[in-house]
Amino acid sequence: MAQAKAERVDAVRALKDASRVAVISFFLFLPLIGLLTQTDINNVLILTTRWPLLFSWVGVIFFGRFVYSLVIAPWMAQRAMRPVAAAPSPWRAFVGKWFIPFAIGFVIAYPAIVIFGSGYSGALKWIDNFGIQILIYVMLGWGLNIVVGLAGLLDLGYVAFYAVGAYSYALLAKNFGFTFWLLLPLAGILSSFWGILLGFPVLRLRGDYLAIVTLAFGEIIRLILINFVDLTNGYAGISGIPRPSFFGIPFNADDNGFDATFGLEFSPLHRTIFLYYVILALAFITAFVTVRLRRMPVGRAWEALREDEIACRSLGINTTNTKLTAFAMGAMFAGFAGSFFAARQGFISPESFTFLESATVLSIVVLGGMGSQIGVALAAIAFVGGTEVLRELDFLKQIFGPTFDPTQYRMLLFGFCMVLIMIWRPRGLISTRDPSVFLKERKGISAELTKEGHG
Amino acid sequence: MAEASDTVLRVEHLTMRFGGLVAVDDLSFEAKGGSITALIGPNGAGKTTVFNCITGFYKPSEGRIALKHGDAALWDALEALTDRGERHFSASGGALFLLERMPDFLVTQQARVARTFQNIRLFSGMTVLENLLVAQHNVLMLASGFTFLGIFGIPSYTAAERASIDKAKFWLDRIGLLDRADDPAGDLPYGAQRRLEVARAMCTNPVLLCLDEPAAGLNPHESGELNELLLSLRDDHATSILLIEHDMSVVMGISDHIVVLDYGVKIADGKPQDVRNDEKVIAAYLGVADEEVAEVEAEVGL
Repeated sequence: MAQAKAERVDAVRALKDASRVAVISFFLFLPLIGLLTQTDINNVLILTTRWPLLFSWVGVIFFGRFVYSLVIAPWMAQRAMRPVAAAPSPWRAFVGKWFIPFAIGFVIAYPAIVIFGSGYSGALKWIDNFGIQILIYVMLGWGLNIVVGLAGLLDLGYVAFYAVGAYSYALLAKNFGFTFWLLLPLAGILSSFWGILLGFPVLRLRGDYLAIVTLAFGEIIRLILINFVDLTNGYAGISGIPRPSFFGIPFNADDNGFDATFGLEFSPLHRTIFLYYVILALAFITAFVTVRLRRMPVGRAWEALREDEIACRSLGINTTNTKLTAFAMGAMFAGFAGSFFAARQGFISPESFTFLESATVLSIVVLGGMGSQIGVALAAIAFVGGTEVLRELDFLKQIFGPTFDPTQYRMLLFGFCMVLIMIWRPRGLISTRDPSVFLKERKGISAELTKEGHG
Repeated sequence: MAEASDTVLRVEHLTMRFGGLVAVDDLSFEAKGGSITALIGPNGAGKTTVFNCITGFYKPSEGRIALKHGDAALWDALEALTDRGERHFSASGGALFLLERMPDFLVTQQARVARTFQNIRLFSGMTVLENLLVAQHNVLMLASGFTFLGIFGIPSYTAAERASIDKAKFWLDRIGLLDRADDPAGDLPYGAQRRLEVARAMCTNPVLLCLDEPAAGLNPHESGELNELLLSLRDDHATSILLIEHDMSVVMGISDHIVVLDYGVKIADGKPQDVRNDEKVIAAYLGVADEEVAEVEAEVGL
């Protein structure tokens, strides 16, 4: 009797809750879904209403919220009451121990796996669009991770250094005929030079102010690339950039080309596989150097700077130099990635270096968990791989009709995933900090104690 | 007890103005080598401002702050150094530094003045051990060839890192936190955080250690332990200590010399027993009866 009454009270409460949410969503969706502007044959704008669609959405939300507050919310509350298991499960320990070796083995074997899986002709897409594209972003993410994740300096103009690297390679290779292997380090050096150049005036700024100035710097570089037409060819970009060779042996169908030299049948796939291993090696170098630097005094000073700048100064650390090295390091890796990007594409234009790129790389770092290299790599895979996967969902056309294009929903899904992750894991996928040194036992440090830095 | 020998820090006519507010007004005092000098006074008397001037966080409006390493005879070179407009002067017997001319990080790096903060400033997301290694940044940076050599793992850097870990272990043992070396500093209880901050400052090899209210928020047992720690820093490590403190059991118990500030002006300067009985100090701390205000103000010079 009493139980039945309690259930009725619960149902009424859920009904009220669902009605409230439905009313809110009605007003929210009224302009978004309910009203549609169209041009008729006379080119006049007419307003049409879509009441059935609007009410079906509101109905879905009403029903969903009702189920949520009646069933799911009490279930989650009950689950939260349960005591947490004291010891971590053996499965978790196993994953923790073997994840990195397995991941390294997988990325090394990836081209072979893909060729085995989808044949010689289908492999190109998987290696190029997925493998190389993701690895470029992994490398950019790791580079920015030094600046944002370790040193705690919010940099919104990171793409500027990527652009400097790409244009350095394109211009020097085209005009002077230098090779890829010479220009790769040179592009890194030039980018870090620009990083230091930017750093000197702006590093006295902190937090939001630093973010705005770096954002402006990113735009300045892009506008220079657009307007310095004599050098950069403006919007039209630079085409015909020399492609990297296999230690002097070009990838072409000639008799002295790569395929002929090694007695293989000519295939454009060989160049792609080669590029895949180049970017893989570059990414490994980035990861290795970062891991090494974290255990060096400079790396600890970066993290100390993120934790408390004033305490750093009281310990005799030159904070200006420390920030500059973080900026230069991050910029250098962006320069490497940029020159690789130019060499891989054979064509670059300012279009590739918009603010959206900076925002994407920053999102990868934040979603991955600031400071965590594995987190950043996972976020890059989810981000870049996710958008590529959307192109593969052709079967959805059979459900939603031939005009349905899943890639159009990229940004919507993107934002939705971001909100979900920020609810569940506000400090990123992997937020636990790994200490750089330990006496007896390596203990992860909870994200509640680490700081995000204030510039 | 070490003999209170020659002067190590000399503050002369220090004045610090923030706009129209005079936080410190024409303050002069000295701190002797191998002794504990306490700086006391009611809230807002300008004690922390003096600390910030000494450690380079503020540039004083006027005045000179000079620090000496080594030989007492070096003080003779002070005027010449001031006139030359340079920051420091080194000779075979030691060195002389004009702290008001140095940026904050050089005050620690070269003049070897270390400090702690009133509101604890540990690197809370780093482990206790890491906190102590960050404090040895400059030594390790040099050993790692400014990172370039260290990244290839040269043996001399590995040895230097091991030495710095040993030093950290020594200090952790001293403050009783060796068991917690691998825990994040932010997880430590309050009293342990205070001790860790002192140990972190000691890892920079200071000649002068400036402690801003190290006993604030400690219980009587903990502040007793702190007293012993500070006395041993003075006696065993030949470190001069400059101390801001409100806890009179600490101040009277361990200080060799006390300077009293009120409204940025020095009102007393002497041995603990003298300061304790000083009328102006009593007036500043306890207040005076209404009819005596004019009399005391005239005496203080207001």
